[in-house]
Amino acid sequence: MKTLVEVKNLCLGYEGKEVIHNLSFQIEEHDFIIVLGANGSGKSTLVKGLLKLIKPMHGEVIYHLQKDMIGYMPQVTKVDGHFPATVFEVVLSGALNRLKKRAFFRSGEKKLAMESLEMLNIADLKNHPFSDLSGGQKQKVLLARALCATRELLILDEPSNNLDLKSKAEFYDLIKELNEKRGITIMLITHDEHGKESLGNKILSFDDHEVTCTRREANA
Amino acid sequence: MNEILTMFSYGFIVRAFVSGLLISLCASLLGVTLVLRNNAMISDGLSHVSFGAFAIAAVFGLTPLYVAIPAAIIASIMILRLNEGKLHGDSAIAILSSSALAIGVTAISIGSGVNVDLNAYLFGSILSISQSDMIVSIIVCAIVMALYVFSYNRIFALTFDRDFAKSTGMKTDRYDLILAALASVVIVMGMRMMGALLISSLTIFPTITSRYLAHSYKGVICTSVVVSLICFVIGLVLSYVYSLPTGAMIVIVNLIVLLCAMLFSTISKK
Repeated sequence: MKTLVEVKNLCLGYEGKEVIHNLSFQIEEHDFIIVLGANGSGKSTLVKGLLKLIKPMHGEVIYHLQKDMIGYMPQVTKVDGHFPATVFEVVLSGALNRLKKRAFFRSGEKKLAMESLEMLNIADLKNHPFSDLSGGQKQKVLLARALCATRELLILDEPSNNLDLKSKAEFYDLIKELNEKRGITIMLITHDEHGKESLGNKILSFDDHEVTCTRREANA
Repeated sequence: MNEILTMFSYGFIVRAFVSGLLISLCASLLGVTLVLRNNAMISDGLSHVSFGAFAIAAVFGLTPLYVAIPAAIIASIMILRLNEGKLHGDSAIAILSSSALAIGVTAISIGSGVNVDLNAYLFGSILSISQSDMIVSIIVCAIVMALYVFSYNRIFALTFDRDFAKSTGMKTDRYDLILAALASVVIVMGMRMMGALLISSLTIFPTITSRYLAHSYKGVICTSVVVSLICFVIGLVLSYVYSLPTGAMIVIVNLIVLLCAMLFSTISKK
């Protein structure tokens, strides 16, 4: 199986203070990795490290992907819910990594944005203001934006936050489908135990600064 | 109508009209980015820093723009840097603003022999707009327009979600710096007409108004520019016809338009 990302002896932290110590694991093609841990255990720091938002203090992250081809979905609360933009504008901005030196999006990128919307069954929301959507719908729009960035590796940060039980189950089903039917590699960060039983083929667990990576035998 | 035509026979009005129109346009574009990133008060802080710089330049007999533009750019970079540390957001801006005001006022009273029109610095004066101000305004406007046209998609991504933009490989720090530097220059240029106390309204009002009228990002940008230009022209004409202060008139027109937009938005929702 092809390895997409190799994390080797990675140490991450802020202002000289280590949050993650000597972490090594691999993300392989078609993986569905669940990253579990309490708030403040270093999950979000790992995401920042993988996205190159912060520099490693030690160790390295090696990418075997096309450059900048990671689809990142932040926590909905990190995005201004009242921002004036249409759903299509938000989703299309996911194709930013395909612009290269160009100034404007071409029809290919607009088609990609439309496909991403269709994949998540929210094509009818295309011209709706982002601010008018429910939490679950906003979540899907941000997922569509990530799909517009790449179909290889998605990193989803706490997608179940602020969702009611029904939307949560629906959202997890959707991600499972993307992984199983479309072969998209997924890394899902959550403190929600719900995911532990039903999802993923690998679990990366953050406990008291000890990180353990376990592989689930029966592939979910 | 005749009055408006004769208005443009005065050289200083033509200069004020051209500079004001271009600065209003730039301020409304940069304002959308500042307001939507919840950084609206940065322009207020920068205007106070420019006031301090203008005062020092006057006391030492230097060309005001040569002092104020670098000072405002340095201040904007400091605000960006401070945002990453302990002292951040509103408190950083408040400290910078009041310090700059205090230094400016002290400089003016030390050099009390120098003829400084404090009123013009605080509330603006269209008489102070020179030929070279107009030329600088044209250059700045060309740069801001080019940036917003050619980096439209990048600026949108940066404004909506900086982390995501950075994860796609965009040089977000570089864009932050360019936008902050341009905002400083626009504030300094606009201060001539609007004064230190009123200039930030040019960046804030049009965006807030357009948020009540448009729901897409493109819509907010376009509405903001149109609102800004219309308010400027009406404000300038009213100030000429009724001999009222220009900066204050532009703000009042902006306020009236904002109230109308709020009313329209409430009615149309029902």
